[in-house]
Order: sequence, then structure tokens, then C-alpha cells
Amino acid sequence: MNNFSYLNDLIIPGSIIIAQILAVLMPVLISVAFLVYAERKVLALIQLRRGPNVVGPFGILQSFADALKLLTKENIIPSNSNKLVFLLAPVITMVLSLAGWAVIPFAPNWVIADINVGIMYLFAISSLGVYGIIMAGWASNSQYPFLGALRSAAQMVSYEVSIGFVIITVLLCVGSLNLSKIVMAQQTLWFAIPLLPMFVIFFISALAETNRLPFDLPEDESTLVAGFFTEYSSASFVLFFLGEYASMILMSSMTVILFLGGWLPPFDIFPLNAIPGVIWFTLKVMFILFLFIWVRGTFPRYRYDQLMRLGWKIFLPLSLLWVVLTAGFLIVFDMVPNSL
Amino acid sequence: MYLYSIAFYLFSIVAVLSALMVVSAKNPVHSVLFLILSFVNASGLFVLLGAEFLAMILVVVYVGAVAVLFLFVVMMLDINFVKLREGFLQYLPFGALLGIVLIIELGILFLTNSFSENALTQFINSPKIDDIENTKLIGKVLYTDYFYLFQISGLILLVAMVGSITLTLRDRGQVKRQNITSQNFIDANNAIEKKKIKLGEGI
Repeated sequence: MNNFSYLNDLIIPGSIIIAQILAVLMPVLISVAFLVYAERKVLALIQLRRGPNVVGPFGILQSFADALKLLTKENIIPSNSNKLVFLLAPVITMVLSLAGWAVIPFAPNWVIADINVGIMYLFAISSLGVYGIIMAGWASNSQYPFLGALRSAAQMVSYEVSIGFVIITVLLCVGSLNLSKIVMAQQTLWFAIPLLPMFVIFFISALAETNRLPFDLPEDESTLVAGFFTEYSSASFVLFFLGEYASMILMSSMTVILFLGGWLPPFDIFPLNAIPGVIWFTLKVMFILFLFIWVRGTFPRYRYDQLMRLGWKIFLPLSLLWVVLTAGFLIVFDMVPNSL
Repeated sequence: MYLYSIAFYLFSIVAVLSALMVVSAKNPVHSVLFLILSFVNASGLFVLLGAEFLAMILVVVYVGAVAVLFLFVVMMLDINFVKLREGFLQYLPFGALLGIVLIIELGILFLTNSFSENALTQFINSPKIDDIENTKLIGKVLYTDYFYLFQISGLILLVAMVGSITLTLRDRGQVKRQNITSQNFIDANNAIEKKKIKLGEGI
């Protein structure tokens, strides 16, 4: 133990990391509250209703009131459930939906961990999301949650495959797995334009991956009560809820980074590039989130076999074809980036 | 650096303990969950070694896909816990033998100095590793030096896939299937038949 001082080696680096984590997570959690409010308000407008308008001006404090109400309720644990796994499942969902934010670049150098394999990390974290749901469904020891969990497991594994191929097409055009480099590669042209079909597939798969309508079969209230979180109440329900919306924002950020140029302005001209990158990033994420809500207000829920057919028989071959096409195009026109 | 060693001990202790729990947990679902925990911790160790690509692949492939199917199957099984315990003594000698063989093999590795500090530092300080990020390095080695082996492993997976499909595919007789393209091409003219029915007569 030579030259070891608690202050320099442990406390200072440790507290810097904790401060960085808080600086990212607090805005994320607050934006989850406002996303819930925005969703209710947009859905209300789509359905010609008023939406929440009582708590606070225009009802913007509604989500905080709801959270407070839920947290003060009794947490009911089913007597035949597997208690530890039952309580662990919402925690895992929540932690995973927050862990992905470690690698998201909000603006140049605004990132906690600028790792080389950032996109792989995001992919890994989003593929872990299924565990919270399976564990919840199994530990509840009840039919509806279990059915919801089985549906979710099959659904998430299916759509991950096409998401993987979409990511590969983007990576072919970038030549790096680093998220900041992926954004910088879009300085001349956002990937949403040359890779438009992939952008659409990615967006739809993101809907399926986050269990949003029209693919919310794991919670399907008309047939499965509330799916995997039927038995959850109070704080553990809040964790599921927060986790779902935080992972929605995470998937939107991923879409923005992969296809909509991250923090870059649409055109590199004066009034646009004077606006800080983090504002562009936020605006784009809000746009994608609006699409999520818009889709929810517009489309009916898919039947389960239709969902599987879409994933395996349409998206998988299409995205595989695009991987081959993109690779061929880059080779033929000698545009392979960052040649080895 | 001290945070680094704390992380190392955390990951390795949790990995070893959860690996122990995989074999000793009573409930098979708990075993699978501990297996997943041990995978995740192993990938944490990979990250600490600087092999970030391997770490992420471990999580994506084993935790994200293989273990999900594993959990899926174990959850669906109707397991009799009493029966499960019965074979314990019967299989104990075999399991012990496997463990002893593994320990002897690891011991041989240590005795022949394959893990000696020289070999390790030589590997880490080699110019190949310093210059290129390890994703590129793995790609270069895998797709140039081991190209044929890579293709063969792909073929083996394909054969396994074809095999499992032929095993499960059977004609179940009366299954109603939806032909989506034919449904999409339906319009009012060929879906509805118009008939004029006179008063007092049926069709």
C-alpha cells in the first residue's frame, strides 16, 4: 500500500463518477415524469379530450401527484410468489433502463464513458431488459403474468435480431463502434436519408423492444389484465413504470444517434449551428418520442402471430438484404470508411 | 487504480459465488438466474482486462439470447424437486471426477508457466494490441487467419438449425393458416357476391 491516500485514490475519483451519474440520471428521471404527462396530453388531443388539467398549471404536475399516490400505497406481495425474485424484477428493469445512459453522448464530449464499443454496450443493455419481465412473470406465480412474460421473451428475442442487423448497416457506414464517432460520421448527411428503410425498421423494432403499442402484447390489458405486472402494486409498480418510460427515452436517443445525427444541427449554417448540441439532441429525442405516442394513438394492437410474422418473415430478410446491399455498395464505390 | 482493484474483487467474488450457487441452488430457475449473474460478472472482468468487445459479445450472445431460451425452457418444465434430489449421491462420484480432472489440468497449466508474468506482459505490451482497438484486432485475426474455421463453424450452426427444424416440423393436419398476401389483394368486387332476390323466393 504505497502512496495510498483515501482522498486522492478513492474519494475524489469516486465522487466525480457519482456526480456525473447524478448529472445524467436526474434529468432523465424528471423527463420521464414529463414524458408521461406529454403522452397523456397528446393522446387526449388525438381523442379530442382535455387530458390531465387539474394538478398544477395545465396539469403538468400530474405525474408527480401520481407517483406520490402510488408510493404511499401498500406494497402487496402475493403469498405464493417467489418473494426475492418478485421484488428484484422491477429493480432490474429500472437499473437496466438507466444503465444505458452511461454511454449516450448528449453533445461533443458530454458523455460519462466514451467507450470504444458504445453501440455494443447499448445493444447488450437493451437485450438484458427482457429479464425484468420474465422474472416478474415467473415470480408472480399466476397465469396472466406468466403468459405475458412468455410473450415478451419470444418478442424481444425476435426483434433484437433485426435491430442487430440494422445496427450493422450503420456500423458499415461508420467504421467504428464508438457512439461519438457514429454521430460525427453523419456531419454531411444523416443516416436516416441513405438508410431510410433501416430507419423505419429500427423505429418499429424499437417499439417492439420497449413493449409499446401496437406491440404491447406482454401487457395486453384486453386479454391479460395487465400482463407481467398484474400482481405488482405501489413502489414496485412505479419502478416498472419508470423503467418502461426510461427505456423508451433510451431507445429514442439510440435512434437519434444512429440515424438523426445526434447533437448535430440539420444544416451547418449560422443560426442553426449557434444553438448548443444538447438542445438539438433533446429536440430530436422529443420528436421520436412524439412518434412513439402518435403511433400509440393511431394503430390497433397486433395479433401475436402477426407480430412474429413481421419480425421473422419481413424485418429479418429485409434487414439482412440491406446489410449485403450496403456492404456491396461501399465496396463497389470504394467508400469503405476508415480503411484498415 | 484503487477503484479498479475494488471493481476487480467485486466482480470476481460475485462471479465465483454465483457460480457456486448455480450448482447448489434448490430451484432450477434460481440456478439459471445465478448463471446469468455469473456471466455478467465475467463480462465485467473482461472489461477490466481491456477486452471490451469480448465482454459485450458475452452479454449479447450468452445473457441476451442463450440464457433467455434456457430460462424459458426451465420455467416451462414441471419439476419435481424431490425427484431432482434423488440422483444426487448417484452422480456425485462422476461430478467429483470431472472437478478433479479440471483442477489437475489447471494445475498443469500453472506448473508449465503458461500464465507466468513474462508471457502475460509480453502479450499486453505487444505492438499489435497497443495500436488498434480490440474489435478491429479480433476482426483482422478472425477473418484472415481463421477464415476457413469461421466458415466451417457457420456451416455447423446451419446444420444444427436445419436438424432442429426437421425434428420439430410435422404435419399437424387441420391448422388454419392466414395467407396475408391473398388477404391484402381482396377488394369489394371479389369478396362480395351481389344477388338480386325476388320477393317471396329464397336463393
